[in-house]
This record gives sequence, C-alpha cells and structure tokens, in this order.
Amino acid sequence: MTLPSTLDSVNSVEKTAEEFAARAGFDVDTVPNIVMAVREAAINAVMHGNAHDPAKQFSVAFESTSDSLVIRIADQGPGVDPNALPDPLAPENILRGSGRGIFLIRAFMDEVHFRQLNPGTELTLIKHRSPAQPAA
Amino acid sequence: MSMKVATRQVDGVTILDLSGRITLGEGSVTLRDAVRDALAKGSRKIILNLADISYIDSSGIGEMVSAFTSVKNAGGELKLLNLTKKVHDLLQITKLYTVFDVKDDEAKAVSSFS
Repeated sequence: MTLPSTLDSVNSVEKTAEEFAARAGFDVDTVPNIVMAVREAAINAVMHGNAHDPAKQFSVAFESTSDSLVIRIADQGPGVDPNALPDPLAPENILRGSGRGIFLIRAFMDEVHFRQLNPGTELTLIKHRSPAQPAA
Repeated sequence: MSMKVATRQVDGVTILDLSGRITLGEGSVTLRDAVRDALAKGSRKIILNLADISYIDSSGIGEMVSAFTSVKNAGGELKLLNLTKKVHDLLQITKLYTVFDVKDDEAKAVSSFS
C-alpha cells in the first residue's frame, strides 16, 4: 500500500497490521507487539522521513511466509543512520520527550533492517514464527 | 478512539482519569493540555489514572515523561495509577518504571504525596 504522509495513514497502517498479523496466525500476546512496531515505523516514515509532507508518500508491504512475518516500510526522506541514533535508555536521554520509536521496534521484532534508497529509507521488520505459531 | 480526560480532586490531589489511547496527535495533546491546565490552576499533586488507557505509543510515553518533568519543575509530583499490563511492560522496557512513582491503589496513591 502507498499512502500520503498523514496521521490518518498511520492509523490505517496500524489497523492493517493488526488484521494481517492475526490472520497470519500470531497469538493475542504477539499481535499487539507487532502492531506497535509497525505503527512506530509508520510514524517515523511520516514524521521524520517525509517530515509530515502530505505531498510525499510512504509505502507499506506485508508478507507472511512459513517462517515469519515480514513488513517493509519505505519513505521518501533524506535517509537515516541507525547507528547515530541516541540511546533512549542512556541516563542523559531517559527523560527525553521523544526518541523511543526505533528502540521499541527493535524490542518487539526479531529482526530490523535499514536500507537506504536514495532518496528515502526502507525499514524491514521481521517477526519469526515460534513452533506454536504455524502459518495460518 | 481519541483520549478523554475527567478531572477530580481527592484530598487536595488532582486525579486525571484518562481513557482511550495516548498516541501521536490528539491523545498526546489532550494529555499535555490536561496537565498544563492542572498546573495553571495551582495543582502540584497530580495522579494520572491509566486504568482505562487501552494503548500508548512512543509519543504517548514521551508525553507522560514531559508531564512528569513539567510537574517536577513546577515543584510538584506526578504519579501513575492503575497501569494495565501493556503499559506496565512498556515502562519496564523503556526503563521508565523506576522513574515514575507507580501505584495500584487510589487511596494509597493519594496519601503518598509528600
């Protein structure tokens, strides 16, 4: 799906992620975590990647395999260096009002990959199936 | 689902009963405004009752942290009450559980202010 960079789009992606994760057979405890990670990634694409410019779009793709759920979110922004992001757990950052999005994505997904598109960034989120969560 | 706030006073403590989602946009702004209003009215003892908060994203967490800092800078205290498991887990993961004073009983929360 390709969407304009708005909050409505973020909410729409969140809803789709919930439906997709549930249909893919993930359990009721895992689905909210996947949804949260996808929402954070969509927010980053809209707010930081595309600077909330509704003229810019971001794309989201969902794929369910026998091994995992793969979600790709791409924006049209200037790019990001994931290694340069401040650690929200560091004492000097713990009381910051922002900066926890990517941390939460990494906390809830098994793999997180950044790819620079020039322009733009593509984030790939992967959640592996546990033996109790076979493909639906 | 937007966030709603109901304000009440118990023994000199302002309790903000929040319901809905504290997320980027309307939810975060509503929380910010509610805390700001309480401070403007002279409240320095504030409880955020999160029993009916169904969801919070990183912006919502950031807004709660900002509220904590604002109240502290104004010479007051802000405490959290009735965390759901999801919010509790989020605060644990982000190492904020030890920053906030978290209570699960309203009467004890009200009497805990210095």
